[in-house]
Amino acid sequence: MASTAVRGKAQSRARTVNWRRRLGSLVLPGYTHLVMLWLFAPIIVMVIFGFNDTHGRLNLVWSGFTLKWFADPFGVTALTNAVVTSLVTATIGAFISTVLGTMIALASHRYAFRGKALLDAVMVMNIAASEVVMGAGLLTLFIAGNVPLGAVTIVLAQVMFSIPFVAITVRARLVGFDNSLEEAAQDLGASPLTTFMLVTLPIIFPGVLAAALLAFALCLDDYVITSFVSGNTLTFPLWVYGATRLGVPPQVNVIGTFIFLAGALLAISFAVIRSWRNRQLARESAL
Amino acid sequence: MAVGARAPRQQALRSRLGRALAPYLLILPGSGWLLLFFLLPIVTLAITSLESGDFISGFNFTWNFGNYSGGLSLYSTQFLHAIEFGGTATLVALVVAYPAAYWIAFHAGPRKSAYLLAVLLPFFVSFVIRTLSWGMLLTDNGPLFGPLKSAHLLPLDFHVLATPVAVTSGLAYTFFPFMLLPVYASLEKIDRGLVEAAQDLFASKFEVFRRVIFPLSVPGVFAGILLTGIPAVADYVNQDLLGGVGTTMVGRVIETQFQVNINYPLAASLAFIFMLGLLATLILYQRIFGTEQIMGD
Repeated sequence: MASTAVRGKAQSRARTVNWRRRLGSLVLPGYTHLVMLWLFAPIIVMVIFGFNDTHGRLNLVWSGFTLKWFADPFGVTALTNAVVTSLVTATIGAFISTVLGTMIALASHRYAFRGKALLDAVMVMNIAASEVVMGAGLLTLFIAGNVPLGAVTIVLAQVMFSIPFVAITVRARLVGFDNSLEEAAQDLGASPLTTFMLVTLPIIFPGVLAAALLAFALCLDDYVITSFVSGNTLTFPLWVYGATRLGVPPQVNVIGTFIFLAGALLAISFAVIRSWRNRQLARESAL
Repeated sequence: MAVGARAPRQQALRSRLGRALAPYLLILPGSGWLLLFFLLPIVTLAITSLESGDFISGFNFTWNFGNYSGGLSLYSTQFLHAIEFGGTATLVALVVAYPAAYWIAFHAGPRKSAYLLAVLLPFFVSFVIRTLSWGMLLTDNGPLFGPLKSAHLLPLDFHVLATPVAVTSGLAYTFFPFMLLPVYASLEKIDRGLVEAAQDLFASKFEVFRRVIFPLSVPGVFAGILLTGIPAVADYVNQDLLGGVGTTMVGRVIETQFQVNINYPLAASLAFIFMLGLLATLILYQRIFGTEQIMGD
């Protein structure tokens, strides 16, 4: 009799402990998902207000669902021009910084050379430096050199802050790179350029592409440095910032949603392809 | 005979020379760009900061150190605001990010990379738009506070916009991934064998965390503090779009002095003071942890 009572008590205690542990194990994942919700909340607001049936320029209060802004995303000419400027400068900036950054990554992966540590230190400084200081410095340089501000100075600045990010991204990709592949190609009579195009580039291409996309995103999104060196030229973020005083038209939400979807689709497909490839590699090595 | 032997030797010599020059040729354009548009601007900034004069009669270099003392005394409040709001935001980001990073690193299993991707996805929305949307969430009768007010859970005159809280929360939001990712990376790297060893030695869950996991994650925490703190202290977009009259940070002052007041020397000296402060912090950091945390190799 007594022993069953003890057992029953022990069982119920075990049950409460178990129950408590299960509740405890829900706290952290629940919290993490709340953090994720927090991160996405402003994005959700942006998307929703692209469907807002506003009248006038203020897009702050929900006044009914409409698709008219999605039907007319380029209805504000000045905004469209700014978006085009952004796309053009960011494409050129991403291209130049990808080439130059990849060259730095190749050099520092392959060779030990004098000044390597210095170059690394400069790149770390560049990443860590605050944008206000870099923008202000560039402006004093352009003033001192009488350089007219505009699309060209925007590209000059954007390439400057993208190079280190490209170099680091590509270098990370080069870590597992087997130098003997290049040596083999050269032993077979390939010129350095042919070796690069036929051997090196295909292998590091995923890294280079990722770096190019990163650089493009950085250039497209930059506000602070660009605002110092843009003169009267307006990029997308600059136009939106200026519009906050008068009211941001819903087209900004629509274009923001498009850019978000494009970036998200690219990032997700990158991740899916990579995990698929990793699984494939694991299967091959298992065989 | 001698002529025939010369050609291959010359070729070998040239290729050896080529190999010696190759790294320099490869880094030349990129490092030249950084020299011209990253390092040289610091020099022109320093020169401008010592000029005197005004926009109409022109600026002259006169070793005018008065810009520095004047700038510091005139805008000490804004410098303090920058440290206060930026510092608080960094701390908030750390406290919010650490548990999430911990859970992703230790318990998310095969979905780890999906969670990391989710942390990065909001970054595909332009920074300015993200800040504006955050502001919309915080409006006095917006989607967050409106329902709480009509349910009488908050007083009707409750507001967050135009206060330091709005600025700090915006900064913490904007730079959040810069905190979460390095913390996650350092947690992820921890050898699970160490955790198991501590458990085998009868350490409680809390003791395992306090004496094994947390100390090993400290480099990531410091990297996160640096990567979040530097842009947060300098930022003026959050302050401008979310804050009010009394929340101005030094970044905003530098921008206004350059763009609106066209007082280049004063603006340059403020930027230079700011940069030196950050540089001192960075050097201190590097002394303790090295550059490996940032360069990733």
